[in-house]
Amino acid sequence: METKNIMIVGVGGQGTLLASKLLGRLLLGRGYDVKVSEVHGMSQRGGSVVTYVRWGDRVYSPIIDKGQADCILSFELLEAARYTEFLKPGGRIIVNSQQINPMPVVAGAAAYPEKLEEKLKALGIDVDALDALSLAEEAGSSRAVNLVLMGRLAKYFDFTKEEWQDAIGRSVPPKFLEMNKKAFELGWSA
Amino acid sequence: MKTLMLGNEAVARGLYEAGCCFVSSYPGTPSTEITECAAKYEELYAEWAPNEKVAMEAALGASLSGRRSFCGMKHVGLNVAADPLFTISYTGVNAGLLIGVADDAGMHSSQNEQDSRHYARAAKLPMLEPSDSAEALAFTKLAYDLSEKFDTAVLIKMCTRVSHSQSVVEPGERTLPEQKKYEKNPAKYIMMPANAKKRHPEVEARTEALREWAETAEINRIEPGKDPSFGIITSSTCYQYVKEAFGDTYPVLKLGMIWPMPEQKIRDFAATVEKLVVVEELDSFIEAHCRSLGLSVSGKELFTNIGELSQNLVAEKLGGTVQPGVSLEETIPARPPVMCAGCPHRSIFYVLKKLKLTVLGDIGCYTLGAVAPLGAIDTTICMGASVSGLHGFVKAGDEENAGRTVAVIGDSTFIHSGVTGLINIAYNESNATVIILDNSITGMTGHQQNPTTGYNLKGDPCTKIDLESLCHAVGIKRVRVVDPYDMDACQAVIREELAADEPSVIISRRPCALLKYVKHPGPICVDTEKCKGCKACMNIGCPAISMEDGKAKIDTTLCVGCGVCRQLCKFGALDGSKTL
Repeated sequence: METKNIMIVGVGGQGTLLASKLLGRLLLGRGYDVKVSEVHGMSQRGGSVVTYVRWGDRVYSPIIDKGQADCILSFELLEAARYTEFLKPGGRIIVNSQQINPMPVVAGAAAYPEKLEEKLKALGIDVDALDALSLAEEAGSSRAVNLVLMGRLAKYFDFTKEEWQDAIGRSVPPKFLEMNKKAFELGWSA
Repeated sequence: MKTLMLGNEAVARGLYEAGCCFVSSYPGTPSTEITECAAKYEELYAEWAPNEKVAMEAALGASLSGRRSFCGMKHVGLNVAADPLFTISYTGVNAGLLIGVADDAGMHSSQNEQDSRHYARAAKLPMLEPSDSAEALAFTKLAYDLSEKFDTAVLIKMCTRVSHSQSVVEPGERTLPEQKKYEKNPAKYIMMPANAKKRHPEVEARTEALREWAETAEINRIEPGKDPSFGIITSSTCYQYVKEAFGDTYPVLKLGMIWPMPEQKIRDFAATVEKLVVVEELDSFIEAHCRSLGLSVSGKELFTNIGELSQNLVAEKLGGTVQPGVSLEETIPARPPVMCAGCPHRSIFYVLKKLKLTVLGDIGCYTLGAVAPLGAIDTTICMGASVSGLHGFVKAGDEENAGRTVAVIGDSTFIHSGVTGLINIAYNESNATVIILDNSITGMTGHQQNPTTGYNLKGDPCTKIDLESLCHAVGIKRVRVVDPYDMDACQAVIREELAADEPSVIISRRPCALLKYVKHPGPICVDTEKCKGCKACMNIGCPAISMEDGKAKIDTTLCVGCGVCRQLCKFGALDGSKTL
């Protein structure tokens, strides 16, 4: 099988690492060779963060290069636009339509681009947008955005809902399990 | 059972399986998780040392005592530990000694992108370079065997992409070698000239013996290719890029040990290909060595010595195909990292900027005080350089310098190498003002304990270094403590200490806002009636504050209620606070 590539991008602190960790584990369980690559340190302080998930018969490079991503899962709209050139022609972007202003925009030194969703669609990209923040709040916490998005991402894989829920159960603290499962469910059925 | 592990986690697993008993390190991205993961194995003793030199010397001590040991650090940390490194090469070891060093090509979280491979050649020590997590585990175990067989410390060289990528490993069992007996051996362990002169030839002979070993070692392997028009020598993550780009098209010599190099194997490989190419990140190291063997080779004229390589770059330079991505014609604003909402460093930098001071900075989260709108830092060099640099700046500068210049340094960095600079200030009597930003944790690398926090790596309570007493003890009489959330008080104290005609230390003390035990009052509310839209609150660069319809707006998911913005509002529009 040809190697498949998903980039998970977002803003430091949004919980992008959990999504790549769960996905990596599930794929390994199916017998694929898997690589998951992340960058720690400076990028966690509210900066732009990117994680690569790659799987197939034999995966060499830990990173995804420009023009190679089958899918970008973006936790924030601007970040989807930032990494568009990593997408294969005809690729898919799953995006949380939430906008988080970066510091240059907050400080008035730059503008947040308008109508990004439409502009991405106009490039022939298969854009699957959802308001993950509202769904997370509905589940009980704005912090559950990552689980909502994982629920949406799960639709594009052939793992059962139980497999995902099981993986979540092994990764999140019991205290927040019900809320996280609900958030996943909302993303799945949205 | 197969499992996914970070490269760093796999090194830690290798330490565990190889029967390593002692780990001493200083945190530094991208090396930190090796030691954090090692600490999770109960059979292993693991600690954070005050700095890399101490860590390496402690690891040598453990080796001499007869137990396999390890110290880990980032590339710049190896500079700090370079002094013991070069002489440990002469003494050799008792039980196996490994030194883990992680480079950061691309400078994801570093102040330079030096290439640590030069240290292997310079210190005459073998260096293994894994290309994924499975190799990280296997090479770590192999390195202990080499260390004991050849009586040498062994360097394990990681890089961001190997350290921070998860790939498949199959963990094994731990084997604990019997403790070796320590035997006095002055000729081997006392490196005074007469002894060291006799050790040096041993070191050279050892390198030759290791070179012999490298010729037939499985970790230096030739992978056949269909097309001999190129023959590629590579290692580390670059090997993965080469294979990703070309599969088994071209023959590849993959080096698992990059020092010393298997010279005959390289010559033999070169003889079977039409054009020899070296694909390596950063400096010309393998390539330069090939040239010294008289081989015709390409490398750095194709591949940059700046930043990281990638599969596309490798494909492009060697005539492969690269699929272009989807191009969006749009200016995308940058999203730089920022100090977190509630960060206790923010207000100090606001005050320093307001006082128009020259600020010599250091290494840590607070380096972000250099970024707009705070823009309050003048220099950042290396660990400790703020304090020692301030001494020179004040001593050699004009009279006014002392009254308008400060150093800022974090608690962990101060212990690492700031305190020696402070001793110089006291001893040589410069009228310097040092601000220790004590957030009671090593923040930037992800919350590691340090000698000032009162907890050790395993999280157990331990001896806590008292910063005030330490500063007094080295000869600083004026030591003040301030709460950075109280900006008026901070400003007053900084002014007083700058005016004083002797050296002083100001400890700005408040724990990192992200620490779990820190309780926050809850988000601040904007009284939109009172807000005049003057944007004074925007000058602290808090990610929770923005402007909406001409009024300040607070993001309640980010705001912790530190109250610093409230002190900037002349209209009392940020007075309300409520608990969610």
